[in-house]
Amino acid sequence: MRMRGAKILIECLKEQSVDTVFGFPGGSVLNIYDELYKNSDAITHILTAHEQGAAHAADGYARVTGKVGVCIATSGPGATNLVTGIATAYMDSTPMVAITGNVPVPLLGKDSFQEVDIAGVTIPITKHNYIVKDVADLADVIREAFYIAQEGRPGPVLVDIPKDVTAYEAEYTYKAPKPISRHPERIRIQDIETAVELITNASNPFIYAGGGVNGSRASAELLEFAEKIQAPVCVSLMGKGAFPATHPQYTGMIGMHGTKVSSMGVSRCDLLIVIGARFSDRVVSKADKFARKAQVLHIDIDPAEINKNIQTYHHVIGDVQAVLTMINERITTRIEHGQWLEKIAEWKKRYPIRVTTENRRPRDIIRALNDLLGEKAIIVTEVGQHQMWAAQFFKYTQSGSFITSGGLGTMGFGTGAAFGAQLGRPDKQVVSIAGDGSFQMNCNELGTIAKYQIPIVILLMNNHTLGMVRQWQTMFYDKRYSATTLDHQIDWVKLADAFGVDAMKLGLDDDIQTVLKAALEVGGPVLVDCEIPIDDVVLPMVAPGASIEDIILSVDPITN
Amino acid sequence: MDRYILSVLVNNHSGVLSRIAGLFSRRGYNIDSLSVGETKDPDVSRMTIVLRGDHAVLEQITKQLAKLIDVLHIKELKPSESVSRELVLIKVGAERAQRAEVVQIADIYKAKIMDVDTATITMEITGDQDKLSAFLRLVEPYGIKEIVRTGLSAIGRTDETISDDMNKKEC
Repeated sequence: MRMRGAKILIECLKEQSVDTVFGFPGGSVLNIYDELYKNSDAITHILTAHEQGAAHAADGYARVTGKVGVCIATSGPGATNLVTGIATAYMDSTPMVAITGNVPVPLLGKDSFQEVDIAGVTIPITKHNYIVKDVADLADVIREAFYIAQEGRPGPVLVDIPKDVTAYEAEYTYKAPKPISRHPERIRIQDIETAVELITNASNPFIYAGGGVNGSRASAELLEFAEKIQAPVCVSLMGKGAFPATHPQYTGMIGMHGTKVSSMGVSRCDLLIVIGARFSDRVVSKADKFARKAQVLHIDIDPAEINKNIQTYHHVIGDVQAVLTMINERITTRIEHGQWLEKIAEWKKRYPIRVTTENRRPRDIIRALNDLLGEKAIIVTEVGQHQMWAAQFFKYTQSGSFITSGGLGTMGFGTGAAFGAQLGRPDKQVVSIAGDGSFQMNCNELGTIAKYQIPIVILLMNNHTLGMVRQWQTMFYDKRYSATTLDHQIDWVKLADAFGVDAMKLGLDDDIQTVLKAALEVGGPVLVDCEIPIDDVVLPMVAPGASIEDIILSVDPITN
Repeated sequence: MDRYILSVLVNNHSGVLSRIAGLFSRRGYNIDSLSVGETKDPDVSRMTIVLRGDHAVLEQITKQLAKLIDVLHIKELKPSESVSRELVLIKVGAERAQRAEVVQIADIYKAKIMDVDTATITMEITGDQDKLSAFLRLVEPYGIKEIVRTGLSAIGRTDETISDDMNKKEC
């Protein structure tokens, strides 16, 4: 059937079972928006306040559903406003398709109004991108974009469509999406067997699981594996939820704000089994001091991650779920490591995450939230101290229950990602744990959650400062608080009220349970302005460039 | 630092070169040269990339290149199993008194004289890196006024082609 480019695009979205898109209209995407209007029964379009919000929403939606997140923006500034969101998705391997309009083909390259070479701009932050200059190519490009976004290690793909291409006609025939395979047949059996041998022979194995376990939906396989080989498990920030935090073998997070037990485990194990993780500098810190006594066994879907930051002893390339299934099949009896687990248990008792006056209030708020919601919660964060507290103090037991910008560390990610996640998982209660610095970056999205009545809870950890930067200034810059104090007294309750979002205050002396309960009972979008002390800190901490063995447990060096 | 030669088959689209050049600069890899041209299949271009680094760098570059959707195949061409050539156009200072000497060097090195003017001689020379550097060392004292290099092109010896290698790896 012959149809216009804009209609072909919508038909291709339907082929991929896309039912929700996030975006913001403009001149170059008018034809696309006209088709969205006509197809509003099949595809819900969520109008955000800013394109960045649309990109983060598509990202949050994708992370909780496992489907491809879709965002749409017009040419020029619309497209560049997506950039931070695309980069965020790229660093955290989220499947996303970003569709941008552009000026008509004859005007490309002429510095036309609202023209930008967004394909050029996004080369380093997409798995791949396209400029569609011929409407006859459009359908296949969209199909390829969805395939590439999901296949192998997922990531964002951008499709730039000049306006005339959305107006021209071409032949369209329905095609079923190409299935996404985990490709177990590509996993080398020899590699699996060597891995099993290493695992079987290890006396003190230690597992470090990352975001790949969540991305591959492999938490059940990881649990089976860890229990079979009786190894302790730590997770990266992106790996939160991949292994139940309530499990006795769990040692907590590894890295800059990880637990001392995880650091000790990595430093003293004889086999470090790294699953769907990429040895980020925020985990490894000083590379030559990382896992010094261990052989490193790395399991990852992306061959380029092998030997990139840390030299491995052995590796298996493949989808984490498929690899773990194959390994689990070959380990028939439980391998006991009683002494090793006892030692870990002893360290866990000796080195809990130390709670001092400098982090008690945020901990209590997050624990109270944990008590109220438990497994019903999906926690989304912004970036900074609150993000680390949310990672440390909420006990995640399910994959996909913690959504955060791990790789790029995008302040302003939270609100968009939270309402995207809430739309993807209406059965859950999404809570955005935010900081006042991050939140104000995209607080315009309060309007979006009000407009669509998306029932997220925003817990604003308000310390009137850019807390994480201040913490570094306290520890490493002799308390010279350059440009980190936010003392201009924003009234967040009034602001939320102006957007039509319910809001309440949780003062330092207020009862946390009472206020949080009241917030959850609102049943619609709500913001809680939680006052916390300005000098609260995140501990433990590995100083930048230090070895993880030298983890700081207290800001006071004498009591360390 | 070792020197490696990679032969890379890529889709012949606009923009592919900038993807590849961008990857090298972004990740801080050092390349000596990059040359590109169409293959017998007009949809496919072939690049010869000469890079410097240790073996770990070569491994990373190869893997990062392989992640690009437009990269179809990568083969390392080892010097013992391949031939490589570069073409250089060079303009050397040669007043009447030195002209004969320069022509003699050109003759020995099988460089072609393309143009002679009152104060310069313009030549074309093709060869591997050793021959070219020896030639350049000899003409340097006359004053190199201008030089244009194509970058290295390389091809494997024996019956096996890069397409055979690509098909073999896909099986």
